[in-house]
Amino acid sequence: MRAALEASRKSVNVAVLSKVHPLRSHSAAAQGGINAALGDEDTWEAHAFDTVKGSDYLADQDAAEVLCKEAPADIIELENMGTVFSRREDGRLQQRPFGGAGFPRTCYVGDITGQAILHVVWEQLIKAGVPTYEEWLVTSLAVEDGACRGVIAMEMRSGQVQAIAAKAVVLATGGLGRVYQPTTNSLISTGDGMSLAYRAGAPLMDMEFVQFHPTTLKDSGVLLTEGARGEGAYLLNSLGERFMARYAPQKMELAPRDVVSRAEQTEIDEGRGVDGCVLLDLRHLGEERIRERLWQISDLAQDLAGTDIRKEPVAVRPGMHYHMGGVKTDIDGTTPLPGLFAAGECACVSVHGANRLGGNSLLETVVFGRRAGAAAADCASAAADHNVSQAAVVDQEKALKAVLERSRREDTTASIRREMGTTMTAKLGVFRTEKEMAEAVEKIRELRERYRSLGVQDKGRVFNFDLANYLELGYLLDCAECVATGALARRESRGAHSRRDFPERDDESWLRHSLCYHTADGPRLEYSPVTLTRWQPERRAY
Amino acid sequence: MEARLRVRRFDPESGDADARSGARYQSYALEVPGYATVLDTLLQIRDDLDGSLALRCSCRSAICGSCAMRINGQARLACKTKVSALAPNGEEITVEPMGNMPVIKDLVTDMASFWNKVKAIEPWLQTAGPPPQREYLVSPEATHDLTQVMGCIMCGACVSDCATLETELGLGKDPDATFLAPAALAKAYRFVADPRDGADNERLLALSRAEGIWDCTRCNICVEVCPKGVAPMDQILALRRKAIEAGYEENLGARHTLEFEKTVRESAWL
Repeated sequence: MRAALEASRKSVNVAVLSKVHPLRSHSAAAQGGINAALGDEDTWEAHAFDTVKGSDYLADQDAAEVLCKEAPADIIELENMGTVFSRREDGRLQQRPFGGAGFPRTCYVGDITGQAILHVVWEQLIKAGVPTYEEWLVTSLAVEDGACRGVIAMEMRSGQVQAIAAKAVVLATGGLGRVYQPTTNSLISTGDGMSLAYRAGAPLMDMEFVQFHPTTLKDSGVLLTEGARGEGAYLLNSLGERFMARYAPQKMELAPRDVVSRAEQTEIDEGRGVDGCVLLDLRHLGEERIRERLWQISDLAQDLAGTDIRKEPVAVRPGMHYHMGGVKTDIDGTTPLPGLFAAGECACVSVHGANRLGGNSLLETVVFGRRAGAAAADCASAAADHNVSQAAVVDQEKALKAVLERSRREDTTASIRREMGTTMTAKLGVFRTEKEMAEAVEKIRELRERYRSLGVQDKGRVFNFDLANYLELGYLLDCAECVATGALARRESRGAHSRRDFPERDDESWLRHSLCYHTADGPRLEYSPVTLTRWQPERRAY
Repeated sequence: MEARLRVRRFDPESGDADARSGARYQSYALEVPGYATVLDTLLQIRDDLDGSLALRCSCRSAICGSCAMRINGQARLACKTKVSALAPNGEEITVEPMGNMPVIKDLVTDMASFWNKVKAIEPWLQTAGPPPQREYLVSPEATHDLTQVMGCIMCGACVSDCATLETELGLGKDPDATFLAPAALAKAYRFVADPRDGADNERLLALSRAEGIWDCTRCNICVEVCPKGVAPMDQILALRRKAIEAGYEENLGARHTLEFEKTVRESAWL
């Protein structure tokens, strides 16, 4: 939506197309905040350094510089548009400490920051009169003469497939969380944009880097914000120890997420966990602070885990939360496929490298959404009118009919999705080994084979979620294969990719991005250099 | 734990007249984990028993607003409602689509009129002058006041169960010409209460017209069903006070309120 808003300001004809109503987007689930160096003592350079160090030096430093330099103006704009950021006594924006950051630089709206910003950007879209096509599921990108010319999409309400021509397309489809089970991600985070771009020939970058958030609820996998630790919550093991003292003596609970998740997993693996979890203790924050700043997670812990966080610690464990990789773009959202742009979690600029810092994902969507929207508008202004060939629609319709004609048998969309999710969690989790990753690659290939003959039970066309879930599973399997293949090939530990058989970072061989290209036989890997501007890789300690 | 759900079905494409009329209920019984929500259960039904069951859902954490539906006769978020809480002894739970909206398929409703009303209140910040160099200075107290209404996730639960709307729709009125209803009015309050917004008078005047703040019957249902504690009716009442303070008294609702107050003051009688 931020991209569309920027494009509309450049007076091009723009529309938003989404498989759900825009307010249902996964950005709403972002809780803790959004970073910008607004404090008097803080600098954008310090923010950029924290981001680069947090990324374990895999971020492109030119991109991290853009992100952090432009952050303050974008946050101020969000405020001016209407976001009700939490305030200090003097009326200025309040900022809270977050993991891996040298200053308290995370602006927030209680613990509903994503929802608050999402709604405000949507309001601006209405004000600007940008049309939104709600509940349209994109089934492929229309690529003609080596350029993206629009999309082929299915309207959920009618089930009809249509071609929508566009001189420029910006993908902002979010992450691939549903490749894993459990995950903090929404049910709609099925990697659609990544898979669509990949199938259309654009490379996916750094797909092996999957972030596990240190505080997710045991049963449901639902997120409890890093803001809890930002406000001062402790992590305890079964002995009641603040175990982070052993892993990150300076930053303690506010070390970056990869560090904290590894620490938790180690405590659990070594027998100091509590029923497969560790404990997040907020009791000393007091009721008022919890009510004013952390009300959402207070409700979630009560509703989903039956825990009153004011009175007792809540059991949490590392859970799949974010994906650092995505469609390769430059700092203007441009992908290698002409006419195609990407921004947000589905893109890889890369600002997060091997591990993202909390508070940088909402920021990325705003900064690079704006930049991608501007670049796409310029691209559209310079392009000639064209139509999309109807052949692609006919082919898509034929493919859907074939699925609808096959009946649902023992093997179902759900069974394959579950096997994929549990395989990825078991074999591509916080710690990884050669053997397990190789098994995962094999398993995903087997699931892809089985996917080909799946049928559906719902034979109608109106809101056929059976069919939509089938299409989404195809996207997920593409993404899963790229994650597993990229991970198996990377023989080092860096950021969130932590291998027991290669425990050290290896800058000599692996300070480089991986690129996945689609082929009939699965992903083909290539590598490209990391852009370094002012910071040489150092040992990473917190 | 066994969950038993009785789900209202509607399939516009079905050859079966009952399914087309929306009069068909289907019962399911299945084994679910003790922590399962109604949403978890519905998704498990779709995955394993009946792929044709249609419902909207996304975040599973009561923040995206997709999965409002009537559960045991009251609008709730399916992801926030635990099976064990509603049916501690394995009772059957009835699941129906939201009310006051046309049904498209099963639990999926047509929310067009809902969104049209939200758009009708001009839901964006309208500041008086150009923005300052930096952020607007706003007191922490003012942000706390706004936080309650801003917590609205636009799920539609309040509109589903709104008694005024039900009456008007029952009389056959065009949905877009009915009571603006709680969600849109709470959204309007969000801007009127925002110290940065400079269009309070225009907003209050518009909201004082027919189908606006004075059409609420104060039945309190929206407050009861809101899953996010937004208390829409309280915001509507706050808008009424502000409208009267701003001098927008030329309507039946405001005159009634003022006469009422006058009578009580002068005679101490109702």
